[in-house]
Amino acid sequence: MRKVGVFVCHCGNNIAGAVEVERVTEALRSYPGVAYSIDYLYVCSDPGQDLIKEAIAERDLDGVVVAACSPVMHETTFRRTVAAAGLNPYLCEVANIREQCSWVHRDDIERATLKATQIIETIVEKVRHDEPLLPLAMSLVRRALIIGGGIAGLQAASDIAAAGYGVILVEREEGVGGRMAQLSGTYLNFDSTVDLLREKIEAVTRNPHVTVLTRAQVEELGGYLGDFKVKVRRQGNDEEYEVGAIVVATGYELYPQEWLSEYGGERYPDVIDGLEFERMLSPTGPTGGEIRCPSDGRVPQEVVFVQCAGSRDPERGVAYCSKICCMYTAKQAMMYKMQVPQGQAYIFYIDIRALGKGYEEFTQRGMEEHRVLYLRGKVSKVFPQDGKMMVWGADTLSGKGVEVAADLVVLATPMVPSAGAFELARKLRVATDKHGFFSEAHPKLRPVESLTPGVYLAGACQAPKDIPEAVAQGSAAAAKVLSLFSQEKITHDPIVAVVDSELCAGCGICVEVCPYEAREIHPLTKIAVVKEVLCQGCGACLVACPNKASQLRNFTPTQVMAMIGALV
Amino acid sequence: MRVRLSIRETRGEFVKRVEEISGQEILACNQCGKCSAGCPAAMAMDLLPSQVLRLVQLGLEEALTSETIWLCASCLTCLSRCPKGVDLPRIMEALRQLVLRKEGDRLELSALPADFLSEAPQLAIIAGSRKYLS
Repeated sequence: MRKVGVFVCHCGNNIAGAVEVERVTEALRSYPGVAYSIDYLYVCSDPGQDLIKEAIAERDLDGVVVAACSPVMHETTFRRTVAAAGLNPYLCEVANIREQCSWVHRDDIERATLKATQIIETIVEKVRHDEPLLPLAMSLVRRALIIGGGIAGLQAASDIAAAGYGVILVEREEGVGGRMAQLSGTYLNFDSTVDLLREKIEAVTRNPHVTVLTRAQVEELGGYLGDFKVKVRRQGNDEEYEVGAIVVATGYELYPQEWLSEYGGERYPDVIDGLEFERMLSPTGPTGGEIRCPSDGRVPQEVVFVQCAGSRDPERGVAYCSKICCMYTAKQAMMYKMQVPQGQAYIFYIDIRALGKGYEEFTQRGMEEHRVLYLRGKVSKVFPQDGKMMVWGADTLSGKGVEVAADLVVLATPMVPSAGAFELARKLRVATDKHGFFSEAHPKLRPVESLTPGVYLAGACQAPKDIPEAVAQGSAAAAKVLSLFSQEKITHDPIVAVVDSELCAGCGICVEVCPYEAREIHPLTKIAVVKEVLCQGCGACLVACPNKASQLRNFTPTQVMAMIGALV
Repeated sequence: MRVRLSIRETRGEFVKRVEEISGQEILACNQCGKCSAGCPAAMAMDLLPSQVLRLVQLGLEEALTSETIWLCASCLTCLSRCPKGVDLPRIMEALRQLVLRKEGDRLELSALPADFLSEAPQLAIIAGSRKYLS
């Protein structure tokens, strides 16, 4: 007979405000199998945890129930506590009497107290039948795959390689450098992106730990955290690699300007997008850095920049702010003025979003030093008239409709995920948002992890980002990879499915229903086997198995029936 | 009515003269509106002080026809509060000067009633002369 200790938490007033914890503690004291029962103000605090450790030692407990908040909150905490006291951590369970009881029954203390007691009793039944379990050991290949050789991918690659681990860098294009290689210069200081990149590219390509595969794409992905099997198609041939972690850094492209019919992009040569203007400004571009009207090669005397050209436009499906356009437009207008000092630059904007160190000062410099004229309003229409591009807009500050007969119009179209990102996400089993950007595991606290273990995100594949942010994310993703690689061994939660070989008929239904591809029919024995490191313990196979051969560790039918027995 | 903006106006003679006379960089104003928010005479104005400056930024001479420039009392409240240090009273003065230089005096001193002249504070007479006479 197991000797279970019950620890009932007040959670300050969170639980004690609706549940009479002393009564609950007293009631549990006489419950079968309970050897010890006590309440405490905050069981998760250090003295609270000490209470558990002392009770295990002094009363020889071999099972622990902590009645407190949701197990999502502190199950790990309390399992670590009992492990420190020498007890197998899987003999500790959390009974949720806060989210599922006190918080929702503040108006009925009597019944809330009864319900809390019953919840705890069910968990006592579970613990009485829990088996001690050991974490499953997993193999760990200390080599990373980086998908995308733009600035985010290069940063991640150089950081991981600098720590001495192998990196496979897969790039779809002829060379690395990504979008940054197409830009003329950076904002704030007009640094040449080519120079900035050269250093970064050399750090990566010269590092013996890095293998750069260009004109290559990920074809297939198998395996799991620590032991992925990747098939890469390179220049027509398939190559297989084993890696332990993956960083996705597939970047962005621009929203197609031909979809903005009212602005005439792609229809009129003198309406171009931001990246085309970058190429025009770049010394390595088609005009050798000279700003010229594409129609006839004249130097434009009046240039109109249209911000939010397609973005912040839910009707068009792009409700989001593309984030970097305010800054690069300010930079482009200033670079234009440096080259054509007698010219006039107009920028139509809705808001000027200059959110970064030195960014606001930069846009103000554009206005004051370069006399860029900002006009507050979204452009409605661009059309040719008398050899110029007529821009119809508004200046809501003066309350006037305005028009400019421009020589050149530059559209700041929004960043969208790069082509093929969605298909890649499917191969990697990583979620994307409604715009096709890769989804992070948590918007605040886990920005560079995907929800798929071992797959990390960096750069504009996750959302619009500028260079410093992409670099920061590349380094952050690398840090995640390195903290994985520096572990001696990695383990997997042992709450996984098991198959009773006596009962299994090999029907294969469990293989069909498993969402994690953790099941297969063994080729020789013809019965189902569980690939434990892939199993997430969801229980789909238990429900599907007609023979009840599938079971989940520490969620056995005996346990579940005993738990129900405690209630009825 | 759509207004044509062009380099002829945005960098034209009008803008240049306002900047010269006032000594101010008119594009330094980012149209936050704090001047208008605190102007003690704003309730009597046809355009807010910031709107007058906006018209100048756009190179539109209609700024000169606004009553606002004459209602400005040069109290300097806006200047003391402007986050960008723009001296709007000087710009208002520049606009008045442009009108006065072109159209002449806006005040006939000799036409003022004698009892007004005897009752009005001397300072008001001097300030009025400064403001309305070329």
